[in-house]
Amino acid sequence: MYQDFLPIIIFIVLAAVLIGVPLGLQHLLSPRKNKGGDKLISYECGELPEGSAWVKFNIRFYVIALVFLIFDVEIVFLFPWAVVFQDLGLLAFIEAFIFVLILLVGYVYVWAKGDLDWVKMNVRYGKGRYANLQSKGETS
Amino acid sequence: MTSILDSLVKSFSSFNLDIAVILPVVTLIGGTVIFLIMAVNALVAVYFERKISAFMQDRLGPMEVGIFGFKGGKKFWGGIGQTLADAIKLLVKEDILPNNADKFLMILAPFIIFTGAFLTFIGVPFAQNIVISDFNIGIFYIFAMSSIGVIGVILAGWSSNNKWSLYGSMRAAAQIISYEIPIGLSLLLVVLVTGSLHLGDIVQWQADHRWFIFHSPFTFLAFFIFYISTIAETNRTPFDIPEAESELVAGWMTEYSGFRWALFFLSEYANMLIVSIVASIVFLGGWLSPLQIFNIFPDSWLILDGPAMGLFWILFKAVILIFIMMWIRWTFPRLRVDQLMYLCWKIFIPFALVNLLFVSLWELIF
Repeated sequence: MYQDFLPIIIFIVLAAVLIGVPLGLQHLLSPRKNKGGDKLISYECGELPEGSAWVKFNIRFYVIALVFLIFDVEIVFLFPWAVVFQDLGLLAFIEAFIFVLILLVGYVYVWAKGDLDWVKMNVRYGKGRYANLQSKGETS
Repeated sequence: MTSILDSLVKSFSSFNLDIAVILPVVTLIGGTVIFLIMAVNALVAVYFERKISAFMQDRLGPMEVGIFGFKGGKKFWGGIGQTLADAIKLLVKEDILPNNADKFLMILAPFIIFTGAFLTFIGVPFAQNIVISDFNIGIFYIFAMSSIGVIGVILAGWSSNNKWSLYGSMRAAAQIISYEIPIGLSLLLVVLVTGSLHLGDIVQWQADHRWFIFHSPFTFLAFFIFYISTIAETNRTPFDIPEAESELVAGWMTEYSGFRWALFFLSEYANMLIVSIVASIVFLGGWLSPLQIFNIFPDSWLILDGPAMGLFWILFKAVILIFIMMWIRWTFPRLRVDQLMYLCWKIFIPFALVNLLFVSLWELIF
C-alpha cells in the first residue's frame, strides 16, 4: 500500500525536469542581445514605478483566512466521520451535529461582526444612548 | 482494482530486475504520459476556447495559421495550428525577470503551481484501473493536492514586486481558500453516502444504486455548489477577479513572460480537466454509460458500456463540463470582489452545511 505513495516523490523530481528542459530550451532559443535597460523595470502602466510594492497594506481577508482554517480543519475531521457514518447511524449524526453546531456559533458571530464582508462596515450603534452618534458622523 | 503502475510493473517483471529499479522507471513513463496529456489538453482547450468564444460572439476566431499547409476549413477548423504556433512563440520569447523582483521566489512560483496540478493527476482515474496510483484515499488526496497551487500564487504575486501582482495574488488567495470549503463540504456528502474515500468504490456504488447527482434533491443541489465553486477555484470568468484585465492588468501573472507564463496557463487548463473529471466521477457516474439510466435501450447497445468505453464516457462527460465552463465564461459578466466573498461565505457555505445536515438525515431515514 505504501508503494502507492512512492510516485509522489518521483513526480516532484520529474516535474522539476519537465519544467527545466523547456526553460533551458528557451534560454538557448530566446534573443539575448537586447537584455537590460528599461525593459527590466517593473510594469506600472508605462510610468516609472512609484516605490516598491513591498509595503504594508490592508490584508482584508485576514479574519477570513482564520475562519477558513477552522472550517478546513472541521472538514478534515468530518471525512473519517463520513466514512463510518453508515455503520454508526444515529449516534454519529448526533455527535457531528453537536460538533458542527459549536462551530456554527463562531460562524454566526463572525457574520454578525461583519468580518465576512470584503469591506467591513462601520460599527452600528444600537438603540441606547449612542443611537444618534452615527448619523451625526455621516452629516459632518 | 489495479493501477497502471501495477500492470506496468507486472509486464516489466519478465526482465528479472529489482522492484526498486522497475518502480521508478515505470513511474517516469507514467509521469511523461501525464505531462503529454497536460500539454495536449492545454493546446486543444485553448483552441476550442477561442473558437467557441468566437462563435458565441458571432466572430470567426483564429483563421490564418495551419499545420503543414493545411489551413482547415472555411469556418470551424480554420486556424487549427494557432495554439501550436503560440506555444512555439512562448518558447522562443525573451525570458524577463524584473530587476527589483525576488528572482529565486519568482522562478520557484511556476514550479509550485505546476507541481500542484501535476501531482493531483496521480490520483485522478481516467477510467476503471487507468490511474497512476490507486489510492484508497483518492478523493481526499485530490482535495489536498489541488490546494497546493495557492502557495505558488502568493509567491508569484509577492516576488514580482509589482502592485498589480500583489493585489491579484492576495485576491486569488482569498478566493481559492474560501471556495475550498464548499468543495470540501460537497465531496463530504459523497463519502457520507458511499462510506468510502476510494474513487473506484464511489463509482461502483453509483453502478449499484444510481448516479450520485440523482441520489436525493440535496445532492442535486450539492452538484451545482461543487461545480460553481470549482469554476471559482480555477480562477475562470465570472470569478477571474485575481486577473481581471480591466483593473489589474493580468493579476499575479503581470511580470511573467515566455515559458514561465505558459506554465501558469498549462496548470490552469490542467486544473480545469481535473475538476471536470472529479465532478464527473463523483456526481455523474464516472466511467458508467449514461445509457444505463434509461432502460429503454436494447441490451446490444449496452456493449457501449464495456471497460474500454470507460475512458470515452469519462472524457465525454468531462468535455461537456469544460464546454459549460467556457459557455459560462462568455455569458456572465465578472463579479465584484465583495460579491465573490458574499457568494462563497454567505450563500454557498450555509447551503452546503444545510445540505450536510439533510443528506445525513436522508441516510438515517431511508
